[in-house]
Amino acid sequence: MSRLNLDVNLRDHDEIYAALVSMHDGLNEAESLRVSAKLTLLLANHIGDAQIVREAIRIARSSPQK
Amino acid sequence: MAPSSTVPVACHKAFAASPRPVTQNRVPILIVGAGMVGMTTALDLGRKGHRVVVLNKLDAIPVGSKAICFSKRTLDIWDRLGVGGRMVAKGVVWNVGKVFWGADPEPLLQFDMLPLKNQKMPGFINLQQYYAEEYLYDELCKLPNVELRWGHRATTLKAQSSGVIVGVETAEGAYEIEADWLIAADGHNSSIRRFMGLDFEGRVFEDNFLIADVKFDIQRPSERWFWFEPPWPGASALMHKQPDGVWRFDFQLGWNIDRKEAVKPENVEPFVRGMFGPDVKFTPVWYSIYTFQCRRMKRFVHGRVVFAGDSAHLVSPFGARGFNGGIADAENLAWKLDLVLKGLAPESLLESYNDEAIVTADENILNSSRATDFITPKNAASKALRDAVLELAKDHAFARPFINSGRLSTPVHYPQSLLNTPDAETWNSGVAPGSPALDAPIRGGWLLGRLGETFAILSTEPGAALTGDLPVRHLRVGGDILDDDGLVAQRYALEPGTTYLIRPDQYVAARWRGYDPRAILKALATAGGRPQ
Repeated sequence: MSRLNLDVNLRDHDEIYAALVSMHDGLNEAESLRVSAKLTLLLANHIGDAQIVREAIRIARSSPQK
Repeated sequence: MAPSSTVPVACHKAFAASPRPVTQNRVPILIVGAGMVGMTTALDLGRKGHRVVVLNKLDAIPVGSKAICFSKRTLDIWDRLGVGGRMVAKGVVWNVGKVFWGADPEPLLQFDMLPLKNQKMPGFINLQQYYAEEYLYDELCKLPNVELRWGHRATTLKAQSSGVIVGVETAEGAYEIEADWLIAADGHNSSIRRFMGLDFEGRVFEDNFLIADVKFDIQRPSERWFWFEPPWPGASALMHKQPDGVWRFDFQLGWNIDRKEAVKPENVEPFVRGMFGPDVKFTPVWYSIYTFQCRRMKRFVHGRVVFAGDSAHLVSPFGARGFNGGIADAENLAWKLDLVLKGLAPESLLESYNDEAIVTADENILNSSRATDFITPKNAASKALRDAVLELAKDHAFARPFINSGRLSTPVHYPQSLLNTPDAETWNSGVAPGSPALDAPIRGGWLLGRLGETFAILSTEPGAALTGDLPVRHLRVGGDILDDDGLVAQRYALEPGTTYLIRPDQYVAARWRGYDPRAILKALATAGGRPQ
């Protein structure tokens, strides 16, 4: 049974963050929503595990615990 | 569903109002509603030898653009009841659906509603509901034990533990009829449901859709075509070919519209001309506007009153799960009520109708709701996700399974049904308990045509005489059934000794790798509501 990985699993965080921000360059809000949705679908499909995706949705939807 | 059309309509077939009975004896089965579900149930029970009275408020089969897409399972059921051939002969057969986005003539997605070929019936036919009703009526006329009363309206109901007393209004005055069992097949505005103070639970949707049935001369393949954001008015459009040169269009109009204005012919025509050009010549047949609900009753069985079809559950039309869901009720109910009335099963067997019909309704409601949410997104984020799918699908195959223009009706499975005997052995293929039997070509015809009406044992072995009073027929593959193409063996994963027990509604109840009369009798008792 696989679990969503919540440990640090990337390097070059600043670079990835900048890429995510600049993904929205020149877009209005509706366009941004759509591009974010496309990214979600691309990554969800790559993960390929419905349970992990659902766990990520759950955490995304919840407020900070501490 | 829809109010009357702004195109003047007549009725398809009018009947003389049935006379008020002079005397009225108690009947075993009373059905209120002679629509497709009521008549199919009457046909099934009538063929099993029961006396059935059916009451219909109207004295005609109305025209109208209502159900048109009949699924393979529906056709298999109708075939068992002797009307399948006539439906298919008149209907337009289709298996392929295409989904388009915008003005691109290349489909984003294509699907096939008969992925398993070599079966008697096609994935779908399109046929006007009034033809289906006419053919069911004609078949019912052949049964002297089934009486259909036109222009008889149920006005009161007294429900007791041993039956019902229904008050009926006719043009000649009122009368009362007593029955052991009442089947409420009187549609979404069911008066029986109202008389019992029962209601639906679930979602009501606000989107308006315009139905336009028009007649014109165009050559298009017999395929279901759906557009997201078409290059003509409306947020989506659906197109179906019907018999008699009639085409059915559904145009999505949105919320908060002026329905009276929207349905006027001069406001409908721009949609058709938008699709086919300003010079297209066509004859309007029917225009109306509908909204829809995805809801059901909490329980379908209330003592001696049983609900079937739209009286029990409603769905949005994407996916053609309305009537196709209702006929599943009819078939599930008829064999069980038949056994109960013959004293071969306890009344509690009908609890399995409640359970299985609710499984079917919930699956249909879930699929219809999800399709509706994809076709009519409710907020900006939802619309962004929907459009994201369509954009990705243009270039990337991974996104295409997300496209939901309606998940077309397929038979529902009952893996948890208490009537099943779970597999004791390991199976990797074949047909599991709770699943509908698969058709296959056999010498002289088709496998499904040899099933139905009673329980059936499908086995590679010759049958031994079984004790017990539930009627069972034995079909030996290699004897009664000649599997020339080997497709029965393939679809049922047959090895020497393989044995299936199949219910009268063609659903598998149990299966084994060996022929064991004791196991069969035990499974038969379980499927018949008397688990040992």
